[in-house]
Amino acid sequence: MGLLSDPNRRRALINLLTRLNAPICAVCYIAGVAWFMGLAFEPFTLRTYMSENAMGSTMVEERFPAGERALATGREFAAHKKRAGGMPVDWLVKTMQSRGLEVFTQKFSRTLPFPDENKERYMVKGTNVYGILRAPRAPRTEALVLTAPCSPGDDNNQAVGLLLGLAQYFRNQIYWAKDIIFLVNEHDLIGMQAWLEGYHHTNTTGIDWSPLQGRGGSIQAALSLELSSDIITSLDLVLEGLNGQLPNLDLANLFYAFCQKIGVTCTIQGKPCCPDHDADGNEASQRPTMGGPRAFFTCHHCWQVRTNDFSFINQILKLNNLLERLHQSYFFYLMPSLSHFVSIGYYMPAFGLLAVILLLRALDLWVQLATPPVRTEDGIADLEQSSPEVLSVLTPLVISHLTGAALYFFPIQFQATAVEHFPVSESEAVVLTAIAIYTAGLALPHNTHRLLSGEGVEQDWRVLKLIAVLYMAVLLGCTALINFSLGFILALTLVPMAAFITPHRPKVLSAFIMVILSPACTLLFLVFFFQDLQEIPVSFEDGWMLFLSVISQGILDHSLYGSLVYPLIALMVYPCWLLFWNILFWK
Amino acid sequence: MKIPTLLSLFAACFVAGSANIEENVGQFFSSGHTNNWAVLVCTSRFWFNYRHVANTLSVYRSVKRLGIPDSHIVLMLADDMACNHRNPKPATVFSHKNMELNVYGDDVEVDYRGYEVTVENFLRVLTGRLPPSTPRSKRLLSDDRSNILIYLTGHGGNGFLKFQDSEEISNVELADAFEQMWQKRRYNELLFIIDTCQGASMYERFYSPNLMALASSQVGEDSLSHQPDLAIGVHLMDRYTFYLLEFLEDIHPASKANMNDLFKVCPKSQCVSTPGHRTDLFLRDPGSVLITDFFGSVRKVEITTETISLTDPIKQVEEIAVHGEQEKETYSYVDQLPVSEIIHQKPKQKDWHPPDGFILGLWTLILLVFFKSYGAKHLKHIF
Repeated sequence: MGLLSDPNRRRALINLLTRLNAPICAVCYIAGVAWFMGLAFEPFTLRTYMSENAMGSTMVEERFPAGERALATGREFAAHKKRAGGMPVDWLVKTMQSRGLEVFTQKFSRTLPFPDENKERYMVKGTNVYGILRAPRAPRTEALVLTAPCSPGDDNNQAVGLLLGLAQYFRNQIYWAKDIIFLVNEHDLIGMQAWLEGYHHTNTTGIDWSPLQGRGGSIQAALSLELSSDIITSLDLVLEGLNGQLPNLDLANLFYAFCQKIGVTCTIQGKPCCPDHDADGNEASQRPTMGGPRAFFTCHHCWQVRTNDFSFINQILKLNNLLERLHQSYFFYLMPSLSHFVSIGYYMPAFGLLAVILLLRALDLWVQLATPPVRTEDGIADLEQSSPEVLSVLTPLVISHLTGAALYFFPIQFQATAVEHFPVSESEAVVLTAIAIYTAGLALPHNTHRLLSGEGVEQDWRVLKLIAVLYMAVLLGCTALINFSLGFILALTLVPMAAFITPHRPKVLSAFIMVILSPACTLLFLVFFFQDLQEIPVSFEDGWMLFLSVISQGILDHSLYGSLVYPLIALMVYPCWLLFWNILFWK
Repeated sequence: MKIPTLLSLFAACFVAGSANIEENVGQFFSSGHTNNWAVLVCTSRFWFNYRHVANTLSVYRSVKRLGIPDSHIVLMLADDMACNHRNPKPATVFSHKNMELNVYGDDVEVDYRGYEVTVENFLRVLTGRLPPSTPRSKRLLSDDRSNILIYLTGHGGNGFLKFQDSEEISNVELADAFEQMWQKRRYNELLFIIDTCQGASMYERFYSPNLMALASSQVGEDSLSHQPDLAIGVHLMDRYTFYLLEFLEDIHPASKANMNDLFKVCPKSQCVSTPGHRTDLFLRDPGSVLITDFFGSVRKVEITTETISLTDPIKQVEEIAVHGEQEKETYSYVDQLPVSEIIHQKPKQKDWHPPDGFILGLWTLILLVFFKSYGAKHLKHIF
């Protein structure tokens, strides 16, 4: 009758499975990689299009009349910033009020778990200043946010000047249907996080902030301005989210539509939108841990795009026309270029093919566990098939996860002790502790076996591997769904290792390969590769320093912004890898 | 001597003139309708559907200009454009770029506004099934001598029209509504104009007499909008209605333009879509139907100092068949209560028919049995 219930057929299928397992796995792997590479090409990519009806019509302002004045305001801001040695709060408040906005400030402070060497800060204290332009005729139920971060030094002064110029220009128009909030935040991301938490009355990251006095409606969209110079030659769109969340594709489409109308060069994540850069575009779109979380707004169901943009008034006008939250277009997509996107239905099979390898392996192991062992040559069959000892399987699991937990907690907890005993700075101490714990995990198998009373039975490693393979499949599947790039890169390196590791492989070679394919080394290679893609190749020492700083940024991002990459790697991926390491050294 | 000649001449002229007027009285009542109504419906809401409201208001303006009063116009609009928060020119709705023409004005009378524009209300207006509390301005009080203009615009598809983003009216429903109107004698002639995507699908199902229909696009085609206005930020009009209005601007109450000219409005080169029309249900020849028969409310006025007695029934002037076509047979009203179909009476047979087979067989059987049992010798007793 059925394929699976007929015993003969079933046996035939199972034989097929066990015989051809390795070849099928290899084919799947190659197919998965090939599919991914092919994502940049025609049948998979679609041209972007506006899905939201409300944003269909265009209103084009020919000229922003106050350009010169915006520049002058920018210079004034720069001067005041230098004089105040930080953010010139009083001047900002006065200027915004003179432009007719309702102005409020918010103080915040945060002590980082360890000093941040990249941005040179440890105890952060700051003030956000924001002004609300109320919609003349509409109820105050919705809001748009325009921000310009106040960076130390001379960066981004023009953006603030532009912001204030826009505020004045917008104040004179009567067609706003939403409140517009002009925000100048200090200490970019930390200030932004504090403001958003205050706005939405949540406190997820432990920042201390004073409550907001003034509020608009729910935020529909946000645009962040960063200008690098007075003269704009191109516009760049950065669409990154915390934990891989992406804004609605309509926001990117909006940006692209206006770029086309205005006729300015547009880039996405620094890459120009040419169809030739397909493969590069693909790789560049996966930036698992780096490229910090710029769009916090995604956590709060509103979408932000960072643009270096001068004439984006039109974007604001189109966003003004919105009647509901952006929801018509895709939320899961990859953008090889600005005019093309790949939707989840097309890119998921690439990962699916890799996951299938793990499932095939699991099936194979299950079959091996179910069939009785072959009689030995001398006829003495091993009648006693002791059921796999729970303890011998559970112990590696528990110990691996404990090591993972140690990797997660110890670096920060014991940085003080580390600094006492070693001549390193705090952040170095944290990173080096992490690496030390990671490497110490490699010595575990020997210690694990000392714990076990008897010797492990031959079957036990199969059970452990079965559990480990399934665990990895679930883990990678969930990761790929939320953050495809991260999931796929991890799958690329971990799946072949997971599929082919048994205690019977040559130990030294396998150990070497496993270490190469472990998450930490993957990260190291990615650092070098990324630098290559950016066309700034680095030497090994610089690369290593960059690698260390990436780890410290990862830990910091987790504690500051709630990024989940570090906990994921430390608490789940690393223990999973350790399980396989245990299997390799099974006695 | 001259004076009596002159007098007699005058008398002769008068007699001739009055005889002339008596003849012309027949011609005076030649068209079948005595009053005009218009039902103008815009089925969209939201700011980005500005052009549909502008379409409807422009047709409203033309129809008012040509003479139909507000009491005879049922205007259904969402009416959320003029006072929309996003309107840079509040209290206006423009139909031409550079803001040449504000069709909203200060005397627009919207009968059904906002969420009252529903399929149910539209059909109730057409068929007249309104609750007694409905004010007169919301009713279509037409009779069997009314010519009605119905104009619909919005977003449509193959066989349906979307009402206010929440419901649809199908072409079957519309055709049935018109049939109800015909049976209740609520119109003399009806002109149906629709400006939506795939508009021709909406008049495919009509089956009542005296309907003429025009649509802006065929099935499978989209109707396109005409021009965006950069200052307001939306498209102001649809192409078909734009060119329709350009055509109507040249019509004045006394103009003799006929329906064939209307069919030529907005050819494919201007409209991109192919406008369609349907006249097979219409009684008169379209070439003899004036535009003002539907778009205007033309009162025929002839000034005379004669007194005309209208005691004899007026003979209608017979129309001269154009192009030598046969006159179409006049339609009659559908039988309201078809008794013969309800009570299945067999028709009385006038001719003699042989008896039924059964009776014949029965008698044969009886006879056989009789003769079997009693023998044939008794036959003589019977015959």
